[in-house]
Amino acid sequence: IFLMHNNKMFSFYFNSFTSGATTKVLRDMSTLPRVYVTRQIPPEGLKILQDSGQVQFELWDSDDVPVPRKELLQKVKGVDGLLCVLTEKIDAELLDAAGSNLKVVSTMSVGFDHLSLEELKKSRGIRVGYTPEVLTDAVAELTVALLLATSRRLIEATHEAKTGGWGTWRTLWLCGYELANSTVGILGLGRIGVAIAERLAPFKVKKFIYTDVAPRPELAKAINAEYVTLDELAKQSDFLSICCALTPETKEICNKNLFSKMKNTSIFINTSSHIRGGVVNQEDLYEALSTGQIAGAGLDVTVPEPLPTTHPLFTLKNCVILPHIASASYSTRNAMSALAANNLLLGLRSQPMIKELKL
Amino acid sequence: MKAVRGLMKVFITRRIPQEGTEILSGATGVCEVSQWDSDEPVPRAELLKGVQGAHGLLCLLSDKIDAEVLDAAGPNLKVISTMSVGFDHLALDEIKKRGIRVGYTPDVLTDATAELTVALLLATARRLPEGVEEVKNGGWSSWKPLWLCGYGLSGSTVGVIGLGRIGMAIAQRLLPFGVKRLLYAGRTAKAHAAEVNGEFVPLDTLVSESDFVVVSCSLTPETQGLCDKAFFSKMKKTAVFINSSRGAVVNQEDLYEALNSGQIAAAGLDVTTPEPLPTNHPLLTLKNCVVLPHIGSATYSTRGVMSALTVQNLLGGLQGLDMPSELRL
Repeated sequence: IFLMHNNKMFSFYFNSFTSGATTKVLRDMSTLPRVYVTRQIPPEGLKILQDSGQVQFELWDSDDVPVPRKELLQKVKGVDGLLCVLTEKIDAELLDAAGSNLKVVSTMSVGFDHLSLEELKKSRGIRVGYTPEVLTDAVAELTVALLLATSRRLIEATHEAKTGGWGTWRTLWLCGYELANSTVGILGLGRIGVAIAERLAPFKVKKFIYTDVAPRPELAKAINAEYVTLDELAKQSDFLSICCALTPETKEICNKNLFSKMKNTSIFINTSSHIRGGVVNQEDLYEALSTGQIAGAGLDVTVPEPLPTTHPLFTLKNCVILPHIASASYSTRNAMSALAANNLLLGLRSQPMIKELKL
Repeated sequence: MKAVRGLMKVFITRRIPQEGTEILSGATGVCEVSQWDSDEPVPRAELLKGVQGAHGLLCLLSDKIDAEVLDAAGPNLKVISTMSVGFDHLALDEIKKRGIRVGYTPDVLTDATAELTVALLLATARRLPEGVEEVKNGGWSSWKPLWLCGYGLSGSTVGVIGLGRIGMAIAQRLLPFGVKRLLYAGRTAKAHAAEVNGEFVPLDTLVSESDFVVVSCSLTPETQGLCDKAFFSKMKKTAVFINSSRGAVVNQEDLYEALNSGQIAAAGLDVTTPEPLPTNHPLLTLKNCVVLPHIGSATYSTRGVMSALTVQNLLGGLQGLDMPSELRL
């Protein structure tokens, strides 16, 4: 509970009802740094902000509806810190609205497309926190989940079970492709690519191969992976997982040219980090799937997001599309929330953040 | 069946993958084959007719081989070869009494079944079918912090009921996801459990401490209906239940209650009672229940290997030789 008295903000807490109502003024809050939080972030982050006693904050108290732009521009006026998610565009307009007190922007995301890095760096000297790495496990896990759902035709299968397609046991019905004795290819070998390979290994994968702008010997050694060209990756992979970031070089690298070299029993999976489904040419993918040039595809990222429900990829039984849920586990989202909160508090204290984005 | 002089008679209850058929066609000197040449199950009446006088019977798990079938076959029958690892469809007492040998397909489907069980666990825990549905029906709008959040394996406790071949293979595949503790329960402790750091615990302990409960035991009088109201009431509210063994191990009404009331978080089933599960079954209405139509061993390579092994078992039994995989009765 917040009350105004002599133009100062005080906070009051009430003890439990049975001991009688007592009030306790915790502190004179008017001098504490002001923070705006643009969404109801998961509980661990909110708790850290509340328990810190270091900030006074206002919250757009919705989990599923983003704060409207007008409201946002109003609420950021004069704030010292901003904790946002990737639905808010942090651009010149917003930074102007916020004013000169703003010293820290902390985003609860790995991606930073929504941040105008130029503007943030320029004359304002604003520091930026973000949340990489804490989601490696969740992303690798979801990638393997999607790969298996695609190769073992789980979505077709659940549909058959619900709609009467399930008769008695049949010898070749809904057969899929096994990981045992297969070759798994990774496009872009980073921490997530390694984590994916580690999870696939006990399925008796015969060989791991990868391509990247240059060999990555340390990472490759951890999973016994061989460096190959993009062409070889396409030709040899029974399962191909796209794990690279979007750059001018990788834009639409998964196109007609790549798909034409792949096996017609192969499975293609894209969960590449940083949102950008732009690594895949979706028209070419549709062609490859509908003509049987490849056996199946699983996507957790698309262009755009959300993908319109009329998109042709939805008409294909051998294409599984998920709504970008790679980091969607309770523990991971809470870890991201906590990290974003801690980055913010550290930045406001002019201390090194746990994960700071170099501008 | 008309007997060609000297040849033994074989009845096959279904069309089988070509890997098996190829071997059979090379054995024309040993047996004469009569086959229900369809992807659909042989009707009971046809089965009783087809087995008359047979020396060998090649069947699937959808064929109930009981005293009635054995009587219809008559005294020639010396081998039954099933294209499955499960054998609860075979009346073993009756079969043993008559001195009939049995072939089955352990080991060759372990990889495919363990893979499917892990696929099912992940799809259930990370809510993949819900996600696919939301994408198709327009439920996918802007990014939300807790939308479609699921339960991760990282830091979790996994409990495997029945650490046999398939249970072990499941445990091995789950470990690199960051599982903290691997518990298992069964009649006895297993030496091979050490490979997965498995802790042998009482069933109640497994049920109450696991974040993921995976049922991998065979169906016996002891395990029938094992997973019932009492079982589910001991599980964590955030726990995920997975069954890829046999449907009858689970009391489905109790499972429905547990899921519907939030007593457990979610369930994934590759086996049900009956199979197929009727499309109006309540379990199919729950968002937190994933039902697969018994596809544990459904990969092209594995079904091919099973087919070949089943035929090899049959031929071994017909000729009084060793069978590659004989079930000890």
